[in-house]
Amino acid sequence: MSALLARLVAHRLFWPVVMLLVLFTINLIAFPGFFTVTVRDGHLFGSLIDILRNGAPTLIIAVGMTLVIATRGIDLSVGAVAAIAGAVACSIILGSPEPGSPATVAVAVTVALLISLVLGVWNGFLVAVLGIQPIIATLILMTAGRGVAMLITEGQILTVNSPPFKALGSGFWLGIPIAVIIAAVVFGVAALVTRRTALGMFIESVGINPEASRQAGVRARGLLFVVYTFSAFCAAIAGLILTANTAAADANNTGLFIELDAILAVVIGGTSLAGGRYSLVGTLVGALVIQTLVTTVYTVGIPPIATMVFKAAVVTIVCLLQSPTTADALSGFRRRLAVRAGKGVAAS
Amino acid sequence: MTHHPDPAPVIEMRGISITFPGVKALDGVDFRMFPGEVHSLMGENGAGKSTLIKALTGVYGIDAGTITLAGEQVSFSGPAQAQASGISTVYQEVNLLPNLSVAENIMLGREPRRFGSIDWRAMRRRSAELLAGLNLDLDPASLLGDHSLAVQQLVAIARAIDVQAKVLILDEPTSSLDADEVAELFRVIRSLKEQGVAILFVSHFLDQVYEICDRLTVLRNGKLVGEYLVEELLRIDLVQKMIGKELTALDDLEQRARSVVVDESDAALFVNAAKLGRRGAIHPADLPIAAGEVVGLAGLLGSGRTEFARLLGGIDRADTGELSIGGKPTKLRTPRQAISHRIAFSSENRRDEGVVGDLTVRDNVVLALQADRGWFRPIPKKRQDDLAQSYIQALNIRPGNPDALVRNLSGGNQQKVLLARWLAIAPRLLILDEPTRGIDIGAKAEIQKLVFNLAENGMSVLFISAELEEVLRLSHRIVVLRDRHVVADLENDRLTVDSLLALIADGSGDDDPDGTDAADAAGTPDGEPVAALAAPEASASDSTTTHSTGGSR
Repeated sequence: MSALLARLVAHRLFWPVVMLLVLFTINLIAFPGFFTVTVRDGHLFGSLIDILRNGAPTLIIAVGMTLVIATRGIDLSVGAVAAIAGAVACSIILGSPEPGSPATVAVAVTVALLISLVLGVWNGFLVAVLGIQPIIATLILMTAGRGVAMLITEGQILTVNSPPFKALGSGFWLGIPIAVIIAAVVFGVAALVTRRTALGMFIESVGINPEASRQAGVRARGLLFVVYTFSAFCAAIAGLILTANTAAADANNTGLFIELDAILAVVIGGTSLAGGRYSLVGTLVGALVIQTLVTTVYTVGIPPIATMVFKAAVVTIVCLLQSPTTADALSGFRRRLAVRAGKGVAAS
Repeated sequence: MTHHPDPAPVIEMRGISITFPGVKALDGVDFRMFPGEVHSLMGENGAGKSTLIKALTGVYGIDAGTITLAGEQVSFSGPAQAQASGISTVYQEVNLLPNLSVAENIMLGREPRRFGSIDWRAMRRRSAELLAGLNLDLDPASLLGDHSLAVQQLVAIARAIDVQAKVLILDEPTSSLDADEVAELFRVIRSLKEQGVAILFVSHFLDQVYEICDRLTVLRNGKLVGEYLVEELLRIDLVQKMIGKELTALDDLEQRARSVVVDESDAALFVNAAKLGRRGAIHPADLPIAAGEVVGLAGLLGSGRTEFARLLGGIDRADTGELSIGGKPTKLRTPRQAISHRIAFSSENRRDEGVVGDLTVRDNVVLALQADRGWFRPIPKKRQDDLAQSYIQALNIRPGNPDALVRNLSGGNQQKVLLARWLAIAPRLLILDEPTRGIDIGAKAEIQKLVFNLAENGMSVLFISAELEEVLRLSHRIVVLRDRHVVADLENDRLTVDSLLALIADGSGDDDPDGTDAADAAGTPDGEPVAALAAPEASASDSTTTHSTGGSR
């Protein structure tokens, strides 16, 4: 029994899951109807659904970020890429004679996604071919990307009136928010492709020991291209959802600071920033923790000016609980307990 | 000569037990050291040597037993505390920072300070003194990473000596040093011994243990076998105590290795390197390897033996010369290409270039095979398990758990995992760079036997080792390198350690090998070896390597 508990506590998802449950409990106390999910007009409604829907963009970006971080990299440009994708899609829809037609939206989304692939290849080129440190390489696009988005929107906030486009952000399919479906598909595809093929092992191998991987014949360069491109692709999907949700492309604010939330989600999920072993399920939990936190701020009624501090406090606690030092201290404590118990038995 | 001038031991460990999940790593072990003695801890991989050292230095907490330092019972919570009490350690794998200067590495954590900031001049001066004490002509301001592994090892020792150590623990200090450097190290050890420092010298080189040590303690499977005076213990007895059985397998091997006749006609050649070279690494040289042939590369550290092998493994690109594989001219640009030609290169630096520590044994075993197949065609889980399990059994990898992380394995077992990875691709040429470095006699014999059996089954092997006995025992042909030139290419029929040493030390009798073509002339496969003129003793004084400070240049 206690052995099972010890294994549970040692699991790297234990503390993130505990934190999520604590946040749920706080919400439940402040708002008894928190767990209630109702069907209204054939759509699912409720706080949990809101958390899933609003957390979808962060989760999508965090999935791409997980793979980048696993290769010892980081992608700071995801917010800017999201802004570019939104700007591209909105400007195409605005320039079209039929902004409301599904065909127009399909073209806009496709072009935005294709452009994100180019941006991802650019990041991959800087990191894999030129050997620039990932934080610097992606910082370039992080700063320049907002400028590019500004050029596309010509400095305006582009508001579009296109029901099919808006549905991406706030629509429902079979009663489930489309954003959640998209996030589930991205998550599922990433998990399947990396774990059912050897991609995941190669990504981890390169992240742990690049030179040993090279000597074992792993093509690290191609792998880096793949993960940075995938990350940009995820960022563009998230950008489209964010833009569709407000039906407006704002070059300055779409996806602002979302890279930090995504990195946090990855770290809370137990993937080390030093690269190597990664956990997509962990990232899912991490993204949920972050989004639940935001919701908690509203349900508990914390003043908006204190939101950031509250968020920082929670993240600090999770990181503390996960740190190796805490783990050592805890295992030392358990060991002493076990020794004491053992001595007690021997003495009696 | 007294073995313990002071009758009171400086270190006394009694009844030490440590249990890891599922393993009793140490079981009631007693261990003591006297001031002014050199003590050796002997045992196979997994005998508990590293664990005992880590218990002594506070890395691991002990479950039972007492540790007494200079008469007082102690309990260290970590290596820093142990070091402050006078127990310094230099670990097997150099744990220094290659991106910092030599001086910074030596003084790291105890930099001399002046007005609250680091006194750089004092730091350089102090480091220079310490290096001078080691007879090491090294610029303290130079980057550590620019130096060879051997020099880095000496820097690590300089760092340990700087602390006022009562006890100095050297874990495999000589595994990456050449003969000159070992002699230097021993000089330093003897002078420290005279100052009353107790030195724990852990090494797999029996010669060195018998040369430098006064007393030794043997462990086997986490238990104490006994404590002995070195001069009273015959080597054969020591080996028997270490492995618990008589070791005759190696002698049989030797007899067989030399009796094999290899078909050396052009048709049978698997790899043929013609004037293959790379600027700054190895002068153009020839190397034909027949199928089923074991070729030994002999030479000192820095002689170009590793550099040459890296060209054949596709790790570095050759900038001159031709390479043909299976009769077809080929250029190797990446390790990946070499692997697709079934050439496997097992690096001497298993931590940085070999195993992937945070992956499991299974992942490490299948990595190269999977990389060769590409990411899209995963090896089925069942097949991965079978592969891992069969190599765990064939190579006796311990613990035999395919899900164990490789970084938790001992050095010898990590080496076996690396070997398993390369065997899994069914190589036609297996390049083994120091596969037996830092591992125990039992594992060494297993690996040697394996090399031999593989060659009998038609695999070519290029074998590099600093231990000449090993090269002689296994190789059909031996290629000798010196100063980045191939100086001889000989059939292994009447070679001895002495004649090989003479060739390594001074193959052509020419003091300046650069700018002469003698090397190439001597490098033809059929060429009669240059007579071994120099006496074996010359190797210690006349050898010129790129790393050591001694030497005739």
